Amino acid sequence: MLSIKNLHASVEDKAILKGINLDIKPGEVHAIMGPNGSGKSTLSQVLAGNEAFEVTSGEVTLNGENLLDLAIEERAREGVFLAFQYPVEIPGVSNLQFLRTAVNAMRKHRGEEEMNAAEFMKQAKEVSKQVDLDPSFLKRGVNEDFSGGEKKRNEIMQALLLQPKLAILDETDSGLDIDALQVVSNGVNALRAEDRAILMVTHYQRLLNHIVPDYVHVLAGGRIVKSGGRELALELEERGYGWLGINDEDTSN
Amino acid sequence: MATTDNEVKELIKREYEHGFVTEIESDTFEPGLNEDVIRRLSEIKQEPEFMLEWRLKAYRRWLDMEEPEWAHVDFPKVDYNDISYYSAPKKKEDMPQSLDEVDPELLRTYEKLGIPLHERAKLAGVAVDAVFDSVSVATTFKEPLEKAGVIFCPISEAVHKHPELIKKYLGSVVPAGDNYFAALNSAVFSDGSFVYIPKGVRCPMELSTYFRINAANTGQFERTLIVAEEGSYVSYLEGCTAPMRDENQLHAAVVEIVVLDDAQVKYSTVQNWYPGDEHGKGGIYNFVTKRAACIGKNSKVSWTQVETGSAITWKYPSCVLRGENSVGEFYSVALTHNHQQADTGTKMIHLGKNTRSTIISKGISAGRSSNAYRGLVKFGPAADGARNFTQCDSLLIGDRCGAHTFPYIESKNKSAIVEHEATTSKVSDEQMFLCRQRGIDPEQAVSMIVNGFCKEVFKELPMEFAVEAGKLLEVSLEGSVG
Ligand SMILES: Nc1ncnc2c1ncn2[C@@H]1O[C@H](COP(=O)(O)OP(=O)(O)OP(=O)(O)O)[C@@H](O)[C@H]1O
Ligand SMILES: [Mg+2]
Repeated sequence: MLSIKNLHASVEDKAILKGINLDIKPGEVHAIMGPNGSGKSTLSQVLAGNEAFEVTSGEVTLNGENLLDLAIEERAREGVFLAFQYPVEIPGVSNLQFLRTAVNAMRKHRGEEEMNAAEFMKQAKEVSKQVDLDPSFLKRGVNEDFSGGEKKRNEIMQALLLQPKLAILDETDSGLDIDALQVVSNGVNALRAEDRAILMVTHYQRLLNHIVPDYVHVLAGGRIVKSGGRELALELEERGYGWLGINDEDTSN
Repeated sequence: MATTDNEVKELIKREYEHGFVTEIESDTFEPGLNEDVIRRLSEIKQEPEFMLEWRLKAYRRWLDMEEPEWAHVDFPKVDYNDISYYSAPKKKEDMPQSLDEVDPELLRTYEKLGIPLHERAKLAGVAVDAVFDSVSVATTFKEPLEKAGVIFCPISEAVHKHPELIKKYLGSVVPAGDNYFAALNSAVFSDGSFVYIPKGVRCPMELSTYFRINAANTGQFERTLIVAEEGSYVSYLEGCTAPMRDENQLHAAVVEIVVLDDAQVKYSTVQNWYPGDEHGKGGIYNFVTKRAACIGKNSKVSWTQVETGSAITWKYPSCVLRGENSVGEFYSVALTHNHQQADTGTKMIHLGKNTRSTIISKGISAGRSSNAYRGLVKFGPAADGARNFTQCDSLLIGDRCGAHTFPYIESKNKSAIVEHEATTSKVSDEQMFLCRQRGIDPEQAVSMIVNGFCKEVFKELPMEFAVEAGKLLEVSLEGSVG
């Protein structure tokens, strides 16, 4: 489904991704771990098309289609979804309006009719319950004065509404209390589907107790230095990143 | 991230929607201004002597005045002898007695602008006075208004039918010598609307004047006078457009509002004069004096304005809060792009006890435009317990535009309280990335973010206007960022 070949990317002439290779098949969940600053967020952003990063070489295809040729919104409409590590606020624009605009943009792209406000409200309310956000959050400005945990739940709510083909979750588990972690994990598990790929960036192996990944990769210095199954995460927790030959002094865990 | 800068620059450039010219036969004065021109104007309008005297006095004041240069705008000097001071559609007969007699070409013009005037398709619940160049061409819903005792007519008609009201109130809020443009307007104003709401009457519908400049090289100098008697209420809307022309055109209007005890006036403007092209060529010079006098106790005035047009805007709707407990409000959205310049804001003059005022100003600058808020809050010695709250927010789109805030506070009363908040923000690349990542077009994203920024002001607008204002921002923003 998602195929990344020898991907190099830089920001302000500084190389950050230095040859990423990764294949994700439909239905699979891949976890990416790795020290701070190793390039996990960069990989997520590059896949979503953030223009601050320059792809210097490599290939990325989603279901055979070259993603790198598409603009940010086109990738989104082809089913790429990114849950942000640091969701940004849009004051005065209600969550509801924002989400309806997004959902309708996708529907329009698929040649479907736009959803009216009432229809959408009903659906949005259901989904907000699924991530344990009070429907009053729909009326508030996008991420405006949301707590860290609320922002993360809001991201998952969006994923559930938009039903992407590829969901990239950048540290959606960070900063969550135990109950919220459970809620978010349930949300992600609800996203799991035969025709959907999930790429999940995390520092915490405990998340992987809730969302059991098919593969775990270690990203360090802009490369994937180790891949394995679920058990790799446990090993990392026990031994840190040092044994992989990576300097782990700034690994926050 | 470079998203905003690069992407929005490339958006399609949509043209000014109201830029068409109406082919219509007009009687237009030769350009130039002198006492004879004023006499001719007054004669055409068959004005009573007192009006002519009033005009001439204003003209003589004007001759002695200097054009103000303090505003944060920059433009070549206007040659006042290059402008024609009167242009009116040539009428088939003398004066249209009803809408059926109005030139169909004119009706079509207003229809194109979304303002149907003829009986069958009149705007529901809104009475419209349409001013085309120098004259009022039609007023709708005359009868139900008359029944309620409300006077809503062209000011040229009021001069004949209600001279005592005109004598009493015209110039009572904005005297002829108030400022350069007000003096010019007083000398040459050609038409505009007059509104009189009698004691205790709640005006049964929204009143609206729609201004359209059509003729080339013509100035529009309209004059609006609203008088709200004790305990009355009216909501008044003003809309404006002009064709696209390469030359700049001058619009120097005066609006006066008189509010008596316990009366309330809500004045909303959606100003969409032609702003000039993307290189700054053409566009309207909009130099307007708007002022409300809250004479009565517990009287209230709200100004709500959405300013998206004009090459240059110079405009400070103000409130003189004389009556005890009177309230002044100013809600403003001013958007500039390309080479537009706006210097706008308000004056809240607190004279009476316990007077209160609120100022919410939202300035949006895009392209190479410049947007300044200029506000004065003044407390006289008798303004015990008066208070003002001011909130001034600027939003920048791209990095070649400018926003400036000039708040002035003058207090002669120690018990007066002023609160002032100001913010400047940008449409950030992160916000754009979030919107686009969710599949939203960049264009729609910018307009959504800007609309969110303006929410506090839009909610003050009457429904129909709020929708129009939102759409207007969207159109005005297209191709504007970079
Ligand atoms: N816009 C930018 N400008 C300059 N440097 C950047 C930019 N974005 C990322 N970097 C740098 O790229 C490197 C990789 O950052 P990235 O955010 O991808 O790391 P990460 O693996 O997600 O780290 P964390 O675990 O802390 O989230 C870091 O050294 C970071 O400072
Ligand atoms: Mg990161």
